[in-house]
Amino acid sequence: MTVADPKPNTPSLEFECDTGNYHTFCPISCVAWLYQKIEDSFFLVIGTKTCGYFLQNAMGVMIFAEPRYAMAELEEGDISAQLNDYNELKRLCDQIKRDRNPSVIVWIGTCTTEIIKMDLEGLAPKLEAEIGIPIVVARANGLDYAFTQGEDTVLAAMANRCPTSAQVKTTEEKEERGGIQKLLSFGRKKDDAAESPETEYHDHPNLVLFGSVPDPIVTQMTLELKKQGIKVGGWLPAKRYTELPVIDEGDYVIGMNPFLSRTATTLIRRRKCNPIIAPFPIGPDGTRAWVEAICAKFNIEPQGLEEREAKIWESLEDYLALVRDKSVYFMGDNLLEISLARFLIRCGMTVPEIGIPYMDKRYQAAELALLEQTCHDMGTPLPKIIEKPDNYNQLQRIKATQPDLVITGMAHANPLEARGINTKWSVEFTFAQIHGFANARDILELVTRPLRRNNSLKDLGWDKLVKEEVTV
Amino acid sequence: MKLAYWMYAGPAHIGTLRIASSFKNVHAIMHAPLGDDYFNVMRSMLERERDFTPVTASIVDRNVLARGSQERVVDNIVRKDREENPDLIVLTPTCTSSILQEDLQNFVQRASLDAQCDVLLADVNHYRVNELQAADRTLQQIVQFYLSRAQKKGELLTEKTAKPSVNIIGFTTLGFHNNHDATELRKLMADLGIEVNALIPDKASVHDLKTLPRAWFNLVPYREVGPLTAQYLRDEFAMPMVDITPMGIVETARCIRAIQAVLNAQGAGVDYEPFIDEQTRFVSNAAWFSRSIDCQNLTGKKAVVFGDSTHAAAMTKILAREMGIRVVLAGTYCKYDAEWFQQQVGEYCDEILISEDNGAIADKIATLEPAAIFGTQMERHVGKRLDIPCGVIAAPIHIQNFPVGYKPFVGYEGANQIVDLVYNSFTLGMEDHLLEIFGGHDTKDVITKTMSADSDLSWSKDGLTELNRIPGFVRGKVKRNTEKFARDRGFTEINAEVLYAAKEAVGA
Repeated sequence: MTVADPKPNTPSLEFECDTGNYHTFCPISCVAWLYQKIEDSFFLVIGTKTCGYFLQNAMGVMIFAEPRYAMAELEEGDISAQLNDYNELKRLCDQIKRDRNPSVIVWIGTCTTEIIKMDLEGLAPKLEAEIGIPIVVARANGLDYAFTQGEDTVLAAMANRCPTSAQVKTTEEKEERGGIQKLLSFGRKKDDAAESPETEYHDHPNLVLFGSVPDPIVTQMTLELKKQGIKVGGWLPAKRYTELPVIDEGDYVIGMNPFLSRTATTLIRRRKCNPIIAPFPIGPDGTRAWVEAICAKFNIEPQGLEEREAKIWESLEDYLALVRDKSVYFMGDNLLEISLARFLIRCGMTVPEIGIPYMDKRYQAAELALLEQTCHDMGTPLPKIIEKPDNYNQLQRIKATQPDLVITGMAHANPLEARGINTKWSVEFTFAQIHGFANARDILELVTRPLRRNNSLKDLGWDKLVKEEVTV
Repeated sequence: MKLAYWMYAGPAHIGTLRIASSFKNVHAIMHAPLGDDYFNVMRSMLERERDFTPVTASIVDRNVLARGSQERVVDNIVRKDREENPDLIVLTPTCTSSILQEDLQNFVQRASLDAQCDVLLADVNHYRVNELQAADRTLQQIVQFYLSRAQKKGELLTEKTAKPSVNIIGFTTLGFHNNHDATELRKLMADLGIEVNALIPDKASVHDLKTLPRAWFNLVPYREVGPLTAQYLRDEFAMPMVDITPMGIVETARCIRAIQAVLNAQGAGVDYEPFIDEQTRFVSNAAWFSRSIDCQNLTGKKAVVFGDSTHAAAMTKILAREMGIRVVLAGTYCKYDAEWFQQQVGEYCDEILISEDNGAIADKIATLEPAAIFGTQMERHVGKRLDIPCGVIAAPIHIQNFPVGYKPFVGYEGANQIVDLVYNSFTLGMEDHLLEIFGGHDTKDVITKTMSADSDLSWSKDGLTELNRIPGFVRGKVKRNTEKFARDRGFTEINAEVLYAAKEAVGA
């Protein structure tokens, strides 16, 4: 790893754990982006009206586009076991097969299925054999996980479904599994068949990237690695379930996002893959460190990264001028916080506190090291990292320290704005394209939006819009 | 198990939270797993609420599953009491706590020993009632709690006010146009010379509940929230109730006449007939509208109505009785209240549909092909797909149904608003129709800003694929910038790599 180790004799990051009384999205929200990512899937959330109400409200208009997800709404008879789980699920899955004919049905287990101990992992293989559609079980529930960790549970379950090269025999299928290559050479194949793309790459072990990102990001990151002569062997997840990448023992894997620790663990332990632990490709600094970490693993000298990063920073100057020396406070709800804080500190901001739902110090080791390094480089104090934050306590600290920007959930955004505190909704970072060199601008576009908005309103004299200073 | 894509009424705890967060200085604590506090987002976003939503969760996690909530719920109640000094904390069960079967009542009792505030356990069962029923029940529960305690302590104020007065019951947070309706009803009461003794639960203090019996009668404008409270007050304190929704000119008059009867029975000696006549014929424009040529054009047009009981019934009557529109289908998702609905709209529509299945309504709309729909946000989207205009008249609703401007649905101003809503829906439909007949907008001279027709550049297939992934509204700009970038640097073909290089270089 090229990321410098923390220097000795310097203060290191402080970690705290609070009460866990904080606001975040339920992890079942992952169906909203995963059903769009995996085009031939159907997500069945087995839960109650509460889950359904959350999904239909959180996903806004998406719900009206005939989504490939639905609730299996549990009724009183299901809870008291008057109805037979297997028969009920069979009836519903038959209906889904008939109406949508998906290539995979993903069952999302919820709090309720946990509490009544519905054996989804046990029922799935039986039902799968009976109806002939793969059924993947992910327990993305609010008892155990927060928001983006939902994707982690789904991808961890999917990791077990990736074929080995021994299982993929026909060339046709091989081509399909390497979906990315097909995508990039799309069209070119016929235009100039003589060109053999293979020669452009170094000889290195198979590399699989994991993490669901929008297709443009898939292309961009694949191209980024291609510039270094590194071939992406596949992505978990791929565009279609039938295109899940081939994963063999000894393959190398690297994560795109900070919340994928279970997926990483599954790939290491169950699939015997070698992990590349790197900072995440968020911001030009993170992207460079991410590419460098892969290059280092494969003994490849990275080409032109330094200049590339410098150029990106140069192009960001108009935004950097806005954020420099401003403070930003992360209340914490989606696990992107460490990477975003690291990037923003590099942008010249100060970060007093990073709230985060869950901190995997092993999976995020390189990211944490880069955060520390960045603080030293920029001469800013190290942020305090608060795992399982307590929103009430945080609001007291926000009130006391008056940060220039608070990155928070929608439950707190309007009330904070009414008290004259700039906020940015954290959820937008999960849905915007924030990975790679080219998208650093998009992150700053989000971060600076409240600052720019308030610049245009600043002389109006109505920044505080509540009557008395209510105790928050 | 039920395969469900969408639901009209939310889970029970939402109803309880709507009541609790409507009162001033009442805090709700949900016994729920992480992520179930989605109510706070809805309130903060939809209502654009400036204050923090007084709802927190006592988180149910693995430890709670293994060992029970133990001290946690009690600690959370006591802590919230200390931090916020609320008058009342409502412990709110969710679907999760329904099946955990912990003795929440016991926690409430223990917490009330240490807390300064009152503590109540909302008496709602997730699997038996929905949001609306739970709201109705919770409001009654809170009112009953404070009234019977005041009675025990001898603090109850039962002496009627000198002038005729009313309690208006059922205004809640996240209710459809509730804040505007409240203002309009206050105005109507003032016009009638009736004092508003209390309006609950919206922004009311629980300490004022003991004055409820002072009013001469209770007005319950909404069928969904309030009737249980009014019935309790009638049975316990012999307070008469008026439960006619004053929505539309005819129903508003009927409601006012019912109020007149109730007041005169108590010796008020009022005559509201001149007021009704004046308002109907000269102040409000709704009655005049129904005589005008515009409305004549609507005669016999087909409409479908769907929503909660209150709004769907009122709307059906307005369309059929006051505008001469043919309601081919009237429906509600309030299945538990089907009988009332049937009895209300029976004579005003061709067909009644009572269902919670949005697919069933969509299919009906598709086969009936009405000229306009009056429904919830769900029907609006059905209308979009079928090219039928839709006016939104009931929850579930989106942020655009929480208008900043004054838009009541009740009373005489409400009748005006409804006229606009109905008329705009139908004329829009007419415009669309005419455009279709005459071949759409004039399309001869469309300026193709986004096209680079005589470009010397060619786009490779992968470049085009990536370009097409860029959202439509910025695609033109990205295309132009990329081509400029390529031209400046002498590329002749634009592929995905060039596209992204351009994005980096010029922020295309």
